[in-house]
Amino acid sequence: MTDAVADLPADTGASRKAGQFLYGASVVLLCAWVIVPLYFLLLNTLSSPEEVNSFPKSFLPHFDLGSLTFFANFQGILRALWNSVLVAAMTMVMSIVIGAPAGYALSRFEFRGKEAFRLLILLTRAFPLPLLALPLAVLFIRTGLDDTAFGLALVHTTLAIPFAVLITFSLFSGIPIELEEAAWTLGCTRFTAFTKVVLPLILPGITASAIFAFVISWNEVFAAAVLTIENRTLPAFLLQTLGEAPLHLKFAGGFILVVPALIFIFAVRKYLFAMWGIANR
Amino acid sequence: MNARILPYMLILPVTLFLCLFFLYPFVLVSQEAFSTGDGFTLDNFRDVASYWKFPISLQNTLLLAAAVVPIQVALALLMATMVNRMQKGRDMVLYIWTIPLGISDLAAGIIWLAIFEQSGFLNSMMTGLGIVDQPMNLLSYQSPLIVFVAIALAEIWRATAIMLVILVAGIGLIPKEYYEAAEVFGASPWKRFLKVTLPLLRPSLQTALILRVVLAFEVFAVVAALGGTLFPVLMGEIYAYQFDLQDGGAAAALALIVLAISIAFTLVILRALRVPKGATI
Repeated sequence: MTDAVADLPADTGASRKAGQFLYGASVVLLCAWVIVPLYFLLLNTLSSPEEVNSFPKSFLPHFDLGSLTFFANFQGILRALWNSVLVAAMTMVMSIVIGAPAGYALSRFEFRGKEAFRLLILLTRAFPLPLLALPLAVLFIRTGLDDTAFGLALVHTTLAIPFAVLITFSLFSGIPIELEEAAWTLGCTRFTAFTKVVLPLILPGITASAIFAFVISWNEVFAAAVLTIENRTLPAFLLQTLGEAPLHLKFAGGFILVVPALIFIFAVRKYLFAMWGIANR
Repeated sequence: MNARILPYMLILPVTLFLCLFFLYPFVLVSQEAFSTGDGFTLDNFRDVASYWKFPISLQNTLLLAAAVVPIQVALALLMATMVNRMQKGRDMVLYIWTIPLGISDLAAGIIWLAIFEQSGFLNSMMTGLGIVDQPMNLLSYQSPLIVFVAIALAEIWRATAIMLVILVAGIGLIPKEYYEAAEVFGASPWKRFLKVTLPLLRPSLQTALILRVVLAFEVFAVVAALGGTLFPVLMGEIYAYQFDLQDGGAAAALALIVLAISIAFTLVILRALRVPKGATI
């Protein structure tokens, strides 16, 4: 009996150790699951075109810029890259300029139709939005917006706006209204109180949601492929050439697509949770 | 400006924008789907549904969603609970796990192409270990199962992060006291997960599932990069109708079918995971 009692703590100690080990191992394994495929893409990008098409592959990098040079010299690709940046920048500006006021209204006012408005915003999120590019293609031809960066940016803004509204809503909700009220009593108008008190506090968060809008546009393929012909964005260009492009072009293109996304996610990581935590209930 | 109309002024830009670029295109796409030039007709739907590729692409899309989404829910839940009890290195691990959030579906397809193509890393590994004598063509019509697995892996790799973020935010909102109380009454970690975490996580699970399922029906670029025409899916067929066949009516009809499926699943998820009235944390 006493033996059994004495055994028990030692036993749970051992099983706890095993549990800890299992836990640590799974964390490492899951990190590897994310990183290793990215590493393979990096390997292919930093190999010469001959190496990319050869077999077997080496698992160590060579630092040959052949593939990237080929990518840069490929007909039309730099223009596609520029178009991508342009469309994403326009999307970023429009979604914040249009979305942020609504986020402020949702956080500060009680008004009739507020629930209906929130529902409209949530509805757009549960909706395969790129499909709307189909009718817009016809509409844009009639209005002369077809095959322009601006036309595509309008569609991408539709994709980014629900996020812009919900993120700014949760950001504004995080700033006590008392701060604004104090500014009013000290002689500020509603507008100057906003620019002098709220805006400086909110600016990093606004930047984060702008970056998020940029990434949404940068990554979007379907609408971009439907709405552009000459002025293709990089994803649309890569999609179009998937059939005939050599492997090293695909990998270099994929790499160029991934890099800004990596940096941006790193820059906005603090805000990734703000947008879901409060905003979804 | 007076406080009664100010909120409406603030939400006006978003409302106008969404009416013009969300509701109006939706009306247009329905119009186009139900007409062939003269009046109301179901011809487009009949054409689309009787095309030999329709059943197979519908089946592929649903099968892919059925294979991918449950694995993602389980994986995201596992990762979220692991992050939750992490003390050091939490930010680092979270950043790594959310990297795929910024990566486009096209880039994800290209990344997994680096692994699965004939001179790719999987073949290199298998020959290195002596499992096969020479590289096999994995992504061919002779091996539909491998094509399916490759696409499913790329989808799981890419899109688990979005669920993870939503679930981590949700778990963060559950008060620690509930776990302490459960522990006092002798609940094992597994019991605590089942009886405390899961029920209280329901709103977040709902959001995550809706978003993920809708996105799963939109799968397009991953498939284009990995399977090409070997694995037809609904979005790919819409793209083909619009461009290769130049049949806008059929593309619109198919788009409405995708839309209907998405909405149906959204409603099912809303109903199945509904939060009982008055039950808040």
